[in-house]
Amino acid sequence: MPRISNVTCPVCGCLCDDLEIIVEGKTVTGAAKACAVSEGKFLNYASHRLLAPLIRKNGELVKASTDEAIRRSAEILANASYPILYGWSCTSCEAVRVGLELAEEIGGVIDNTSTVCHGPSLLSIHDVGIVTCTLGQIRHRADLVVYWGSNPWSAHPRHLERYTTFTEGRFQRTEWRRYVSRLGSASTAKRSLRAAKLALKKVLRVAKGPPVQSEYALSRKGRKMIVVDARKTRSADIADYFIQVQPNKDYEVLQALRVLIREGELDVKEVGGIAVEQLEEFADALVSCEFGVLFFGVGLTMSEGKLRNIDAALSLVRDLNRYTKFVIMPMRGHFNVAGANIVFTWQTGYPYAVDFSQGYPRYNPGETSVVDILSREESDASLIVASDPVSNFPREAVENLVKNPMIVIDPHPSPTSIMADVVFPSAFVGIEAEGTAYRMDRVPLPLKKIVEPPESILSDEEILKRILLEVRKIKAKE
Amino acid sequence: MRVSLLTGRTLDQGREKERGKFSEDYTRSAAVCFIDPEDMKELRIRENASVRVTTDFGSVVVKAKKSLRGPHPGIVFIPYGAWANVLVDPKTHSTGMPSLKGIPAELEPTPQEDSLSLEDLIRKHYRKA
Repeated sequence: MPRISNVTCPVCGCLCDDLEIIVEGKTVTGAAKACAVSEGKFLNYASHRLLAPLIRKNGELVKASTDEAIRRSAEILANASYPILYGWSCTSCEAVRVGLELAEEIGGVIDNTSTVCHGPSLLSIHDVGIVTCTLGQIRHRADLVVYWGSNPWSAHPRHLERYTTFTEGRFQRTEWRRYVSRLGSASTAKRSLRAAKLALKKVLRVAKGPPVQSEYALSRKGRKMIVVDARKTRSADIADYFIQVQPNKDYEVLQALRVLIREGELDVKEVGGIAVEQLEEFADALVSCEFGVLFFGVGLTMSEGKLRNIDAALSLVRDLNRYTKFVIMPMRGHFNVAGANIVFTWQTGYPYAVDFSQGYPRYNPGETSVVDILSREESDASLIVASDPVSNFPREAVENLVKNPMIVIDPHPSPTSIMADVVFPSAFVGIEAEGTAYRMDRVPLPLKKIVEPPESILSDEEILKRILLEVRKIKAKE
Repeated sequence: MRVSLLTGRTLDQGREKERGKFSEDYTRSAAVCFIDPEDMKELRIRENASVRVTTDFGSVVVKAKKSLRGPHPGIVFIPYGAWANVLVDPKTHSTGMPSLKGIPAELEPTPQEDSLSLEDLIRKHYRKA
């Protein structure tokens, strides 16, 4: 049974490149070292998929030939006056490059999914700058890891194991054994309580409320992990220290920390639901580490303040570098959302929300970003590549998206594909098609082709090239 | 009951979306609302009861789930997906990013109603021109 080593996982921004995929014939039958999400993709990608393009006729989606679907798509895009081209985070950099060429050709707006995840982070990085590094440096050196508004256990399941707390670095040891022993103690305590209940034959009352966190957790030697979030997540259970901030109060807490690390005093008792004493302990831990890292998730970008929350986080890390070495990194979601930003930038100068309607690239998120364009009902057609905005956009934006002709290129059937006018099932990038993707720390990695796609299924790149060619033919006739 | 609505990723929802969004397992992972156990007591609802969540932007029926990571009274959590996105604030405040966390919402038990499947939800809320 062929076992393919060092496969890069096409699921999240971690881009774990150590997977071992077992293949029987044209089918993937095993995915060693994969997380639950990755295994879900590798073992099930082929079970729910379309095998032929679809075109909407008389209100129904019916099977069509690839040529017919290409022609129909090119007609829609060539005749539109303000089309949007959206998605791009779950495909290869090579496909994104063709998408940009197409957007320029038809004078459309091209936007990627960072517009609804780390778009505000990019805006803030333009303003403040960013102190960052690669995940390799963090793995070997970071002795303090902070996750803020991020739940890696659920969204990036192997992040801790490969890059932070549970990895064996050159200068930092893994905290895995400590975590397992903590789990063991908790389980023993639970068993003892149950035994005592049975022995005494009465209900023992145990004090409820959040467990008391010891200061020792932050002052001990070794790699430490702190989670800051609006709710207690699974990642918070693993952390040495958890800080629960009130929803939409991250900005205040970040600015309070900036005051504290400059040895300022706060004349209030709490900030964002956190006691000042607890914030002081947190600030001490930030200043006294040797190499700290702050990973921030969409908990910061999606809540009130948006890019201003990121301004405060970037500024906090900049300030911390007066005292120690500290870096910051956004936890990117889709496997190539960082790559989409990079290709957009090298082609147009801007990372997302690029408008070609004037004949040159223009960038003004809030105006040229897809959710805003849809909310203002300005677009008249759309091309969606490897994304599901009907599931992921606010209702008002979706209502306006589905009103106009929509072309979908996606291997997955999705709510977006059932509302489309033309659907292209494409090859799965990283499984049936090769390409390049960028990890969350902007390190490019190759995606492998492990199995052949079904007959007549093309890659995103190939479909886009053919649509572009057809659009050019239509434009040449005009 | 007035609550603050958070949306986000869960491991179940992430895994099931990769397995296929039209499966019942995906609906079970995304058409749910994690509520603090004390809030569930106050609403007199049990695990898997239907609850209606309403914001200024929409209303949807999902299944109640006891949050294992409390206490967080007054805060409810719905995983990313079409159900959550009926409820979120589309305003981007000139950043391109809608507000998907910390949305004021009303939570009420609705024993007569059931949550919709993904396909029914899409067809109920959106129409082709």
